[in-house]
Amino acid sequence: MTAALRLIRRRLATSIPVLLIVIVLTFVLLEFSSGDAVDAYLISIGGGDPAVAANLRHAYGLDQSHLARLWLYLSSLARLDFGWSVAFERPVADLIVERLPNTLLLMGSATALAFGLGTSLGIVAGARPESATDRVISTVSLILYAIPGFWLGLVLSIVFAVKLRWLPSAGLETIASGRTGSARMLDIAMHLALPVGTLAVIYMALFMRVMRASMAEVWRLDFVTFARAKGLSRRRIVLRHVARNALLPLVTMLGLQSAAMLGGSVVIESIFAIPGFGRLAQEAVTQRDTPLLLGIILTSAVLVIVVNLLLDLVYALLDPRLQPSDRSA
Amino acid sequence: MGLMRIDLLSRRRLLQSASALVASTALPAWSRAQEAKGGGRLVVAADSEPKNLNPAIVASNGVFFIASKVVEPLAEASYTAPGGLAPRLATAWDGSVDGLSVTFRLRDGVKWHDGKDFTSADVAYSAMNVWKPLQNLGRVVFANLLAVDTPDPLTAVFRFSKPTPLQLIRNALPAVSSVIPKHVFEGTDIAKNPANLNLVGTGPFRFAEYRPGEYYRLTRNADYWGKDEPKLDEIIYRILPDRAGAAAALEAEEIHLAAFSAVPLSDLDRISKVPGIQVVTKGYEALTYQLVVEINHRRKELSDLKVRQAIAHAINRKFVIDTIFVGYATASTGPVPKNAPEFYDPEVASYPFDTRKANALLDEAGYPKGTDGVRFSLKLRPAPYFNETKQFGYYLRQALAAIGIEATLGNADAAAHQVAVYTDHDFDLAVGPPVFRGDPAISTTILVQSGLPSGVPFSNQGGYENKALDSVIAKAAETIDAEARTEFYRQFQKIVAADLPLINVAEWGFITVARDTVLNVPDNPRWAVSNWADTALRS
Repeated sequence: MTAALRLIRRRLATSIPVLLIVIVLTFVLLEFSSGDAVDAYLISIGGGDPAVAANLRHAYGLDQSHLARLWLYLSSLARLDFGWSVAFERPVADLIVERLPNTLLLMGSATALAFGLGTSLGIVAGARPESATDRVISTVSLILYAIPGFWLGLVLSIVFAVKLRWLPSAGLETIASGRTGSARMLDIAMHLALPVGTLAVIYMALFMRVMRASMAEVWRLDFVTFARAKGLSRRRIVLRHVARNALLPLVTMLGLQSAAMLGGSVVIESIFAIPGFGRLAQEAVTQRDTPLLLGIILTSAVLVIVVNLLLDLVYALLDPRLQPSDRSA
Repeated sequence: MGLMRIDLLSRRRLLQSASALVASTALPAWSRAQEAKGGGRLVVAADSEPKNLNPAIVASNGVFFIASKVVEPLAEASYTAPGGLAPRLATAWDGSVDGLSVTFRLRDGVKWHDGKDFTSADVAYSAMNVWKPLQNLGRVVFANLLAVDTPDPLTAVFRFSKPTPLQLIRNALPAVSSVIPKHVFEGTDIAKNPANLNLVGTGPFRFAEYRPGEYYRLTRNADYWGKDEPKLDEIIYRILPDRAGAAAALEAEEIHLAAFSAVPLSDLDRISKVPGIQVVTKGYEALTYQLVVEINHRRKELSDLKVRQAIAHAINRKFVIDTIFVGYATASTGPVPKNAPEFYDPEVASYPFDTRKANALLDEAGYPKGTDGVRFSLKLRPAPYFNETKQFGYYLRQALAAIGIEATLGNADAAAHQVAVYTDHDFDLAVGPPVFRGDPAISTTILVQSGLPSGVPFSNQGGYENKALDSVIAKAAETIDAEARTEFYRQFQKIVAADLPLINVAEWGFITVARDTVLNVPDNPRWAVSNWADTALRS
C-alpha cells in the first residue's frame, strides 16, 4: 500500500511539468495559426467592419501580447479558473463539466465492450494458434479494423436507424421527452448503441490481436509445458495459465487506447450528433477559442494520466511479481 | 448561416452506394409514432449554434433561422404583397421627399412575450442603441440615422443626417429591423444581456429551452397578434453537425425538415425518390448566394483587363452548374442576381466559354506560353465555407491550366482563409460566396468599391480601384428617387461586367428537404429565416 501511495505521489510530481509543457505548446500552436477568434466569428456572421473587429478583439483580450495572455491564463489556472470561452460565451469549466460525462460514457462503454469482446475472441483464437478458428477471427478482425470509423458509423446508421428503424439515428437521448429514471437510461442506451458499437467494433480488433499474439508467446514458455506434463485439462491451461499471463500487455494497451479513443470520438460524435468532448475540441479549433481548447487538452491529459495511474495499480494486482514503482511511465 | 459545414465528397459517395445496397432489400420496419397532437411539434435540423442569437445584433442567416420565429422585423419579404414587402410590426411606411426621414406606422395590440406592450419606444431603442451601433448590416444601412422620434406609441419617425433612399430602407427591412424590447435591454450591457440567448420577442413562438449540443425548443405564443397563428405547438431545432446525419434523420422520420441545403446537393436526387419526402427549391429567392472569383489586382498580370477577360472566358459556367451544383444554380451575368428583378440588368458584357479566345487574349496581353505550356503561375484560394466553393476551386485550377495558367491551391479553414484573403491579401485569385441581400448597397457594392480598410470579410480586398465605379456607387447611395437610383445600379452592373474587378460565375439559393406532412413550406422568398407562423403539420 505504501508503494502505491509512493507511486501516486511520484506521478503527481512528474505530471505537473508535463501538463505545463502541454499547455504552453498548445497555446503557442494556436497563437501562431492563422486567424483568431474574431476572424472566425466575423466569417460565421457574414462579415463586419474594422470597428466591430477592433471592439471584439478588445473585449476578448486579443489586443494584448501573447506573453501577457499566456501569463494571464496560467495565473488564473493556478486559481483553478479555466477561463472564458469566447466561442460559446460561457465559462470553459461549465462547458467541460457539461460535455465530459457524455464522452466518458461513450468512450467508457466502447472501451469496455472492445476490451471484453477483443479479449474473449483473442483467447478463442489464441487457444489454438494457426487453427481455422484463429484464421477466421484474425482475418475478420483485421478487416473490421481497416474500415474507417465514419463509414462504418454511417452504414450502421443506415441499416439500423433508417431502414430497420430499430435504433435512433443520432443524439444522446430523445429530445424533450420528459423521461426520467430507468426509462431515460434505457433511452440513452438505445441512442448510444450505434456509436458505441461502431467504436467498439473498430478497437476490438486491436485488443484481439494483442491478446492472440501474447497468448501464442506464452504457449511456448516452460511453465505451460509443465502444466501440460502435469496433465491439467486444456481448458484449465488456456484460462488459468496462458490467458492470465497473456493479459498483462493488454492492460498496457488499455492505457494507450484511452488516449486514442478521446481522439477517435471526434468523428463518431459528429456523425451521431453527440454533444461530447471531441466535437467541442473541433469547434474550439475552428473558432480559434484558445482557453477552451487549452481546457479540453488539459482535462484530456489529466484523464490519460489518471487512467494510466489506475492501470499501473491494477498491474500490480494482476502480477504480484511487479511492485507498482517498478514501472515508470 | 450554415457556413461552417465541412463535408467529404467521398463520404457522401459512400453513403449513397451503401444506402442503395440496403435499399434493394425490403426490410420490415416499425415506424416510430408521430408525436403530433393538436398543432404538433415540428422538428428541424440545425447545423450551428450561434453564441449570440439576438437578430437585432447579429443579422445573419444562422441566427435568423432560429430567432426569426421569436423576434420579428418591421416588415418581411413577400411573393404577393405590393413592392414585395409584407407588414409585420410596421403596418405602413413612408419616406419624405428630401430623403431625410422615414415614418413607420406600427401595429396596434402587439405584446411582448413577457406581457408588456410593444410601442414605438422599442423601435426607437432598437434602432438607435442596437441596429445602428452594433448590428453587422445595420451599421451600413443606418449609418446616417440621427434619431428616431416617437410622437405617439404607434409612430416612429427615423431622421437621417444625409438623404437616405427609402428604396434601400425597404429592401433592408426584413434583415435589419428585428425589434427587441427596450425594457429588457435598457441600462444593461447589451452585448452581455442574457436575453441575447433567452430571446424575448413579439413573434409567433416563444423561446423555451436550449440544450447546448442537442436542441433549441420554441413553443407557441398563444397571444400572437396574427389571427389563428401560429399553427404549430412547438418547433425543435435539433443539432445535427454531420450533413449525412440530416439526411438519415429525415429518412428515419426523426426530423421533419432540413433547410439551407443541410442535405448535400449530391444526395438530393436519391432522397427525392424516397416516398414521403419532398425537395423544395423555393423560399430562398431573397437570400441569393453568388459564386465569385475574387481577383488581386496588385498582381501585375491580373491588373491587365485582357487577362481577366481571358479567365472569364476560360470558365465553363454550364459545367459548373451541372456538375458542381447538380443543376441547382443559375449562371451569373454580373454582380446583381436575376432574383433581384428590381435591379437586374441582363444587358452587360458577357464571357461565353471559349478557350481559344481566352488563349488569344493572353497572347495579346503579352504572356506567351513557355516551353512547358505555362504562361504564369497564380495562388488560388477557394473559400472553405461551402462544398461548392471548394469544388469550384478544383475546377478553376483545371480551367486555368487549359489556358496556360498554373494555379496552386491554398488550403485553409475559415479563420485562416479570412486572414489570408481579406487581411493579408495573400492570394492572386480567391473563390468567395458573397450574399446579395435585397439591395446592392447592403453587401454588394462593397465587393468592388475602393478605399476599404483591410480586415473586412466579403469586401474588395483585391486592391481594385475604379473612380468611375466609385462615383456611381456614391451617387446611388444618396439618390432618393427609386427609378434614378435603379438606373445607377444598372450602370454599376455594366461597369463591373465590363471591367471585371471580380468574376461572377453562378448564383444559387439553398434547398429545403421536408417530409410531405409539413405544410406551407415556401410561402415567402426568405422562408427559412421568416416566422413560420402559418407552417403546419398534417396529422
